[in-house]
Formats: sequence, C-alpha cells, structure tokens
Amino acid sequence: MTTTVDPIATVPMPLLSRYAECTMWLARYMERIENLARIIDVTETFVRSGASDGWRAIVQINADEERFFATHDATTARSVITFYTIDTENPTSIVSLAHAARENARSLRPVISTEMWAQLNIFTKFVRSLGRDDIRPSEISQLCTRIKQDCQTHTGITEGTFYRDQASIFYNAGRHLERADQITRLIDIKYHTLLPSEAGVGSEVDISQWSAVLRSAAGYHAYRRVMSADIRPSSIVGFLLKSEAFPRSLSTNLRHLHSNITQLRRDYHLRGASHIVGRVEHLRNILDQQTATEIIVRGLHEFNDWIQNELQDIQREIANAFWPAPGAAVLAPETPELFPASSQSQSQS
Amino acid sequence: MADKTNGQPGPKPSSHGAPEALADTGLFSHYQNSHFFCELTNSGGHTDPQVELIRDRLNALPLDDLRSRAKQAEQELYNLGITFTVYSERDAIDRILPFDLVPRILARKEWQHIEAGVKQRVQALNMFLWDIYHDQNVLRDGIIPRDLVVGNANFCPAMIGLDVPGGTYVHINGTDLVRDDAGRFLVLEDNARTPSGVSYVIENRHTTLRVMPDIAAGIDLMPVDEYGMRLQNALAELAPEGVDNPQVVLLSPGIYNSAYFEHVFLAREMGVPLVEGRDLVTENDRVYMRTTAGLRPVHSIYRRLNDDFLDPEAFDPTSMLGVPGLVQAYRKGNITIANAIGTGVADDKAVYAYMPRIIRYYLSEEPILSNVETHICAEPEGLAYTLANLKNLVVKPVGESGGYGLIIGPHATQDELAEFRTKLEADPANYISQPVINLSVSPTLCENGLEPRHVDLRPFAVTGKSTWVLPGGLSRVALRRGSLVVNSSQGGGSKDTWVLAQ
Repeated sequence: MTTTVDPIATVPMPLLSRYAECTMWLARYMERIENLARIIDVTETFVRSGASDGWRAIVQINADEERFFATHDATTARSVITFYTIDTENPTSIVSLAHAARENARSLRPVISTEMWAQLNIFTKFVRSLGRDDIRPSEISQLCTRIKQDCQTHTGITEGTFYRDQASIFYNAGRHLERADQITRLIDIKYHTLLPSEAGVGSEVDISQWSAVLRSAAGYHAYRRVMSADIRPSSIVGFLLKSEAFPRSLSTNLRHLHSNITQLRRDYHLRGASHIVGRVEHLRNILDQQTATEIIVRGLHEFNDWIQNELQDIQREIANAFWPAPGAAVLAPETPELFPASSQSQSQS
Repeated sequence: MADKTNGQPGPKPSSHGAPEALADTGLFSHYQNSHFFCELTNSGGHTDPQVELIRDRLNALPLDDLRSRAKQAEQELYNLGITFTVYSERDAIDRILPFDLVPRILARKEWQHIEAGVKQRVQALNMFLWDIYHDQNVLRDGIIPRDLVVGNANFCPAMIGLDVPGGTYVHINGTDLVRDDAGRFLVLEDNARTPSGVSYVIENRHTTLRVMPDIAAGIDLMPVDEYGMRLQNALAELAPEGVDNPQVVLLSPGIYNSAYFEHVFLAREMGVPLVEGRDLVTENDRVYMRTTAGLRPVHSIYRRLNDDFLDPEAFDPTSMLGVPGLVQAYRKGNITIANAIGTGVADDKAVYAYMPRIIRYYLSEEPILSNVETHICAEPEGLAYTLANLKNLVVKPVGESGGYGLIIGPHATQDELAEFRTKLEADPANYISQPVINLSVSPTLCENGLEPRHVDLRPFAVTGKSTWVLPGGLSRVALRRGSLVVNSSQGGGSKDTWVLAQ
C-alpha cells in the first residue's frame, strides 16, 4: 500500500484503553506528588509564622482524617510529615504516590520516551529510599524542594520528548484535571487555617500567610506584577481561581482540560468525548459567572468541595468512555471509513 | 594484580604477533588459559588482524580504567531500567543481568558457518512440525519413535491438521551453541517455544559501544539494530490471508513478569502495542484489542506466554493471563500466533537426539552444525556405549528439564554410578548420554583482572516466509571461576557479541 499523505494526519493510530488510563494517572500522580510537596512546604512556613494547627489542615483538605486518626493521636509536625512522606501504609503519601506513578510508567514503557522512564526510574527509587533522617525539621524544606524539582524535571522531559498523539492528550488531560483539583485544595488549606477564627481575617498574619500560599503555587511575583498592592484575600482567591494566565489556576486548567477533550473528539474521532466536553464547559461557565467575592460569600470551602466532586465525576466519565471495565459494554468496531488502514473489510491490492 | 606499566595509553607498538607478545605487559600479562579454547587469544590458532587489533587495544587499557567503565555501564543499565525485577513479599528489587564489557568476537567466516547451520536447523524444525501435525511421514518411516512424539507432553492435539501460514511454526528460534576444545561449534539445545534474551544482544551492543568507543573505533561490525523490524515484517507477512494492513501485537504476561523489560524492548523495536490478555477479546472467532475508540481487529500475535496460559477455554482454565476463545480463532485461521502452539515437542531433549537424522530426512543434507555427540539409550548400541563409558559421560533423562535426574559421570561416586546404572538398565528409553564438553572461554573482567570464563552463544533466527539470523547472538558467560553454568539464575552474565563484517 502506498502512503501518499502523512498517515498520522489521516489515520489515527489506535490507543490501547489501558495505555490511556495509565497515562492519565501517571500525570495525575506526578502532579499530586508535586503539590503535596508544595503543601507540606507551605504548612511548614505557616507553622513557623504562628499558625496554631497548620498540620491538621493538610489532613483535612485531603479528607484523610479517618485513616490518620486510626493510627495517630494528634496532628504533630512529625506525625503528619511522616504520614504524607514516607508512610508506605498510607496510600496518599508521597512514597505511595511515587510507587503508583512508577507502576503506571512501567506499563507505559512501550509508549513513553526512554528519557521519561529513566528519570522516573531514578526519582521513584530515590523516594522509596527516604527514611526518618530525611524528613527531620532541618531537612524537610530541602526535601520538598528536591521533590518539586524532580517533578518539574519530569514535566519538562515529558514536554520535550513525549510523542504528541492520543496518549499525550490523555497525559495532559490528567495533568490539568489534577492541577484544577489541587489548586482548590491549596486554597482550602488557608480557609482551614484561619477560619473560623474570624479575628484573623485581614490581619498581618493573614496577609503574610496568603503570600505564602501564593509562593507555594509559584504565583507570588506574578500576582504582585498584575495586582500590585492589592493584597486582599478575595483578590488572591480570585487570582488562584480565575486568572487566565496563571498556570496553576482553576480557570487555566479547566480551559486546557476542555481543549484536551475537544482534541480527542475532533482529531481522534472519539465519540465518547462529546458529553465530557459538555461537562467541562458547564464547569467553566459556573466559574466564569461568579466573582471571587461572590464565591467567598457563598462559601469558599463549599465551592472548593463542589469543584472537587465535579472533577471526580469527570474522571469517572472519562474512564467509562475510554477504558470501560471488562464486561461492560464496549463500542463496536469503528466504521471502516474512519480507520481504513486497520480494517479487514478493505479490498486487497 | 595489574602492574604499573598498565598506565601507558594507546596500543603497544609492534604487538601484532603471536599471543605471547601480549603477555609481557598490559591487561593480558596475567591472563592464563591453558585448558580451553579461548575466543580471543585463539588457542585454536587462526590469526585475524582485526581480532589482534582489538586484543592489543584491550591489553593497553589500565585495569582501573576498565573497572570504572564497567561501573559506568552498570549504572547506565540500572538507570535505563534494563533490568529484571525480583519480587518478594514487601518489595520489588530491580536487578541488572551482570554485564561484562569485554566483547566476544566472531570472525566473518565463523559467523557464516553458524548462520548457515542455524537456517538449516530452523528449516528442519518447521518441516518436522508440519509433518507431525499433518501426515506424520517421519513417524511412519521410523526416523523417530512415534511414542516420543505423539506421547510427548508438549505434543498438542489441537494443532493436528491446522495449516499455519507459510508452514512456519517456529518464527523465533534460539539455538544454544557451545564451542569445544577444538573450537568446533556444537548445538547444545534448540529453543523453539519463546526463547528470550534478544533484548540483551542489542542493549549490550549499545552499552559496549558507549563505554568502549576506543576499542571499537574503525572496526566494521555487523549491525544488530534490524531485529525488531525483521520480526515485525515476518509477523505481518504471515498474517491471515486477505488482510491488507495487519495489526501486529506483542502479548505479555504484564509488568510483573521477570522478562517484562524484554517485552517492552521488543514492542518498541517492532513498533507494535504491548498488550496483556485483558486487552484482547474474541468475538465471532476474531481477535480484537480494547482501544479508546472501541474494539480494533488484531491479526498477528507475538506471544510471550507459554501455551498453557494462552487460552483458559482451551488449556489451563485457571489462567488469568490469556484470552478466552483465542485457540478457536486460531483454528479458524483468523489470527497468526508466533511461535505456533505446540512447538515444544520439537525442542524436547529426546527429539534433540534425533535432529541430525531429522535434518537428513527432510533436507537430504548433512547437518552443518553438529549436535553434541549424543547416544540414544533406547537403541542397543547407544545403551551399550553408555554403560561402558558411564564414568565419562553426562546421562540425562529425556522427559525432565532444569537439570533434574541427570548424572555427570566424572563428578559421581562409585555408589552413585552403580545406582544410576540400575535405573538406566531398567528404563533405557528414558535416557540419552553425552560427553562432558569443555566450553570455550572468553576474557572477562573479574576480581583479579581479566580471567578466562566459559561462554555459550544463542543466535536468534526470525522466520517469516524466509529465515534471517541476527548476526551474533547472546553470549552468556559463567562468571564463577570454573563454572560451566551460564544461566542467569546461577550467576551467569552476558557480553556483547561482535561479528566482524570483513
């Protein structure tokens, strides 16, 4: 058979459902590790600057209270840091997330670049080797920085080497979905730290801690440049939720997620993508139609919670559409016109 | 230990001569090999100027330099994940297959001999398999006892009468070769099921060229990179008839299999999806894979699963790794499976003994590569010879694998020999015997510098409509001093195999 046009443009290569699932989760786990490192780092800063129960907030925003208190009496720096870094029994610890990222990456070795694998291999082995000495108070900030950098190295290698086909779209969808989720949790950490002690809102402690939140999301300087002297909490929340230019904002990530799913429908003819596109659009509309102040007045925590639930639903729908459980109804083989190259009904030549 | 003069860079001048010239200074000055055929220092006697050049370059390397290169290679293999994983209850440990950076070298002529021999053997294996699953002339003509074939545990009745495309059963074959005292290559064993190790051949080449660029400089080597492409082509050209653009996949047991790296490697080199059983389904006796766009047809499967696990409906019903309905689709001619089901009967120890006769029977040619001299105890002369020479022979039961139930005459006590003699006389048909082979050696980096270590060679042959042999093959090396066991499970490693292009 003679190929006269770029086969990639006309005949999309099929992507195994399992690969799609693994790529999306690889991206999510790597983002989650990075964000956890950011959150631990910023909490450490909070506590140093006087927040009374900063460590408890991490457990709350991750909804891990039940599991945490089953094995611990109190949320001390030591117990929470251990729980979220080296505790292999805790599925939300960095070591468990790194393990999960690694298993997904292992499944993906046939499709990801060798550079991606080599870096993940070294990084996950490093995380697995961490012990009590590595998470002492004097070491923890440095460790968080190292983990953050390793995650960013992964992101960079992925950007530079991962072939841009369906798998990379699922990867990007995973990254943006996770970032959208994580920014709401990062905002919530502040909510939990200062409320319900109303007295704290607007005080100097408050402002320095909101600055720390911005810093932890690498948004402090951009915020200053754009918003200059306006350091009101509602402006900062507005920036984190609604900035169209800040790479970790909710709005930016919903926009990217929307474009990823649209790409699956448009370029890869994946019929299952259509109603998910609608779902993400709906979410964007709701965010667009409210100011940050309105969101705060109606209940910032409730809003964050609601977003997190919506994102979980979207993840579930993506799974149902693209990697349905064995036994569940699968789409019948596509019509020959869409995938002429791998159809048996083609005439012989 | 290496002496101080090792520090001199560059090849030694005027060292193009007899091997003894190397012995004065340099890496080879303490290399002692008096008993065996050496792959590099050529106790067999021929002098290839390129081999000498490589040897001289190696000789001029300081030992510390060689060690630091070896360390670098190991680190690289580890980081790149060219590893197998050992699972314990709590942990997964990645191990590299021990790698020796001193290449094993084959001259062009030696390789041509091996290549021709391997092709001949693969052709005979395929003709034999077609015959025993169709007319069974070879049994009717009494070339090989019927019981040995039809009664063999690996004989697969489901294959009877099935016309596999191209008559190819063994698409991928690994022929284990050893070299005796005289430097003759002998076939130790055929691997016609799912031979492994080819990924190491290619990765060893990459690693060796990266850490030994100065040793390889200007030497024209036969390339090993085309393996994946050749394999993909073979599987595509033997896809069921009427398929325009066949979808080939590699079927792996998954990430917990110890050979998973090799599966990844091959899928990447072939440019095909690596699937697990759960990624495939059958419908109306056709095979599909689950994709994000729904079910897509699959036409050729390179499977890295044993027969038993392929299809719970046809074989082991407890297997979770296979694809229900696969064998039915296979029998309908809707899918090509490589290697075919039921090839295990051809690489059996008992059948091995008959391979020279099988080659003569189908091809009317003398075997190009000899078997290790084998005495079939089912035959009176073979039994008589074995009984008379028991203390000099290895005697193996034909039905067992993994070295069970065999006796190595020279290592056995009088009592053990007497006991074995009784067993042998009671059931001679269950045994074959062979002389003890002194495997050739190759200089290998060991604790005290370069030392001779025993090696074997597994060339890989790919057969679609014709057979192609990957130049070289896997050189496995027994890293323990004196050991003849090259298996990775018993302290074996591997090294790059260089076939000189001129």
